[in-house]
Amino acid sequence: MIMEIRPIFASMRKHMIPATLIVLEIALACAVLCNAVFMISQRVSDIHLPNAIDEQSLVTVTLRGTDDKLAGSDVPRNLAALRGIAGVQSAAVISTLPLSTNNWGWSFGTKPESTITDQSTTNVSLFFVGPGIDKTLGLRVVQGRFFNDDDYANSSLGSAPLPETHAVVLTKSLVEKMWPGQPALGKTMYTTGHYYTVVGVMADVLRPNIGGQNYSTAFFPLGAAGSKGVQAYYVMHCDPQDRDRIVREAELKLATINPGAVAKGQTYSEIRTKYFANMSSMAWMLVLVCVVMLAVTAFGIVGLTSFWVNQRRRQIGVRRAVGATRGHIMRYFQTENFLLSTAGVVFGMALAFGINAYLMQHYELNRMPWYYLPCGAIALWVIGQLSVFGPARRAAAVPPVVATRSA
Amino acid sequence: MFAYYLDLALRSLKRNKVLTTLMILALALGIGATITTLTVLRLLSGDPLPQKSAQLFYPQIDPNPKDGYVAGETKPAPTMTYPDAMNLLHARRATRQAAIVLSQAKVMPLQANSHPFFSDTVMTTADFFAMFDAPFQFGGGWNANDDEGAAQEVVIASFLNDKLFGGTNSVGKVIRINDHDFRITGVLKPWAPQPRFYSQDLGGRSYGDGDAVFLPLKSGRAIKMGPGDIECYAAVSDMDHLEAAPCMWVGVWVELGDAASIASFKEYLANYAKQQVSLSRFQRSETSLLDLMGWLRDQQVVPDDVRLQAGLAFGFLLICVVNTVGLLLAKCLRRSREIGVRRALGATRSAIFAQFMVEAAIVGMAGGVLGLVFAELGLLGIRHQPAEYASLAHLDLAMFLFTFVVALVASLIAGILPAWRACVLAPAPQLKAA
Repeated sequence: MIMEIRPIFASMRKHMIPATLIVLEIALACAVLCNAVFMISQRVSDIHLPNAIDEQSLVTVTLRGTDDKLAGSDVPRNLAALRGIAGVQSAAVISTLPLSTNNWGWSFGTKPESTITDQSTTNVSLFFVGPGIDKTLGLRVVQGRFFNDDDYANSSLGSAPLPETHAVVLTKSLVEKMWPGQPALGKTMYTTGHYYTVVGVMADVLRPNIGGQNYSTAFFPLGAAGSKGVQAYYVMHCDPQDRDRIVREAELKLATINPGAVAKGQTYSEIRTKYFANMSSMAWMLVLVCVVMLAVTAFGIVGLTSFWVNQRRRQIGVRRAVGATRGHIMRYFQTENFLLSTAGVVFGMALAFGINAYLMQHYELNRMPWYYLPCGAIALWVIGQLSVFGPARRAAAVPPVVATRSA
Repeated sequence: MFAYYLDLALRSLKRNKVLTTLMILALALGIGATITTLTVLRLLSGDPLPQKSAQLFYPQIDPNPKDGYVAGETKPAPTMTYPDAMNLLHARRATRQAAIVLSQAKVMPLQANSHPFFSDTVMTTADFFAMFDAPFQFGGGWNANDDEGAAQEVVIASFLNDKLFGGTNSVGKVIRINDHDFRITGVLKPWAPQPRFYSQDLGGRSYGDGDAVFLPLKSGRAIKMGPGDIECYAAVSDMDHLEAAPCMWVGVWVELGDAASIASFKEYLANYAKQQVSLSRFQRSETSLLDLMGWLRDQQVVPDDVRLQAGLAFGFLLICVVNTVGLLLAKCLRRSREIGVRRALGATRSAIFAQFMVEAAIVGMAGGVLGLVFAELGLLGIRHQPAEYASLAHLDLAMFLFTFVVALVASLIAGILPAWRACVLAPAPQLKAA
């Protein structure tokens, strides 16, 4: 092996420009590839963020433009009608859903004097939930209890932005953020004029919008009578195969019995898909760019190496004539490509980190984990070896007799 | 001479079809990706009102509390409280001024058995239409008295007029909005500035279809239309009377004709903030008066993804150019002997250089044409994406021409090194080898 490398370096020195071009191409491809794959992985992990509700079994109809004053009688009537649809296992109302982009946020602190503008408070997405929502969404209460009938009956929404109740259920991540390492049950969160005691902790449910604290979610009980019509989402739990039929039937039913309002039905999967639609199309575009870019790089290496092989037909012939086997010639070109790829990958890694640092400064991007670099290096080594294989075989096929011909 | 080079170049390109195809294809892919992303970027960062944007300004003040404030480094709040907006409006310090709040209105069609639907709505004041050059198809806007009197009057977009009245002149007719009767005073021509500068930070979209319903701010509030976005800076006890709550939900725009009026408005705004500080209503005296394009930049209206895509496409084009350099070099060094003969017969170095540059340019032009096809395919793909700007992605004349500029520049840059290598080749050894 050592014997092989020295003549390679000697030949590279004579062909500086093609060698430099291959190194440059591999370096650029490595830098772009690492960053693109990193961006893809970040999007894919966002798209698959876990959400502790029965996503596949949920159907929802939003009902907007109703008369707020009639919510106390309208909501139970609408729910009764929805429960009458064949296949609906349970139904309940809620003010918003995870990933619905319909967010009502407020900041809370852990001390009685906390105000909304304190820098130390935590911004929380508020969900005003009606009776039966825990069963309908398939919530998992991990500590304490969910709301009981008294909680719902004693809660109402006045002209203030927060409900008149003192019970709240928070997600596991949120209690860990607000009271790190402490038991959360019985703790109180405050904002001027209001305080709420944690009666239960649930598994992590996503906010209506993600970015930052994805699980800063708080559920407040709210009975229909005092709801001022904010609970516009009618949610139903059913078998996944019944979803499409139930969406249509439920939308039609609510539109018929509420002629003055606007009903719009969706399965929960549609809400999730819609939320991440931009992200997933960006991810696919990045995948496409990576594939095309690697193809272009590979063709470039094939082209340059072929040319190179052609230029050195005579030398190859001489080597073959003085005893080199086909395998020797193959290995020569493969080793040469490996050395060039290695140089390219080294520059590429530096460039990849530089680009990543720039993107971190100007866009919301994290630091690239170190293992992207060896993976990128291996990918380009493989691409290099694959693209050199054809030209190297052609080189190995050069007959020794070429050496005896003039040029 | 040029014709001769052209002939030579075409012959040379024909001689090695695979290599030529590879070169053109790689360059075309790079150009296609670059033009696609640049078209989108240009579209999204364009000027929504080119004839007017230099005269439109977005004043900002800051009622937020002292907590977290660093003098000179904290940007003022993006929207205003209702009292501040009204103070600025009523002072009438600008040629025109308007307050804007976005909302959703429930519109009830007149036909029996039809269902109501929600439409994007702008609650604003009388100057809105003249200030933003919104063109009327029928009728016109309302006046300042209608603003103060909360008149139940409305201007509708042409697509809503088509939907409700079949496109006929509906001025004077009545439509039902949120279960109240409003009289139509005007119908706009199709109007949807891109990006939608006036909807920034008010809970509206930045691109896509225009708004459907325009009505006086007080009239909308009188029928309990809520703002699309509310930002509160102190404890709120009464959300039903947002006008008095410590919450920001109004955007204000002013039209200022010349440098003097801009300067005097800036001074007025600074004095207003100082006055509010002395009244202890404000704790921060920061103000800002960005022009329309400045405000769009400040809001970073172009999505990060679009800028990342453009950057990525440039990286890709760079790889394609390096690739073309390599392949052109391979091609031209293979013809060392031909170059030697030409040199021996009297061709100068510059003649050889020119010959190879022409060859590169031909590759570039072919790459440009094919790149245009790829760009159209790319834009077709973008039009099928879920983004709100998707339907806008079309190639215009400027980008069409720019494609060839990019192609030519990229191929000439790629051609320099091979052409230089070709022209410095000493003729004698090449001839001897033959």
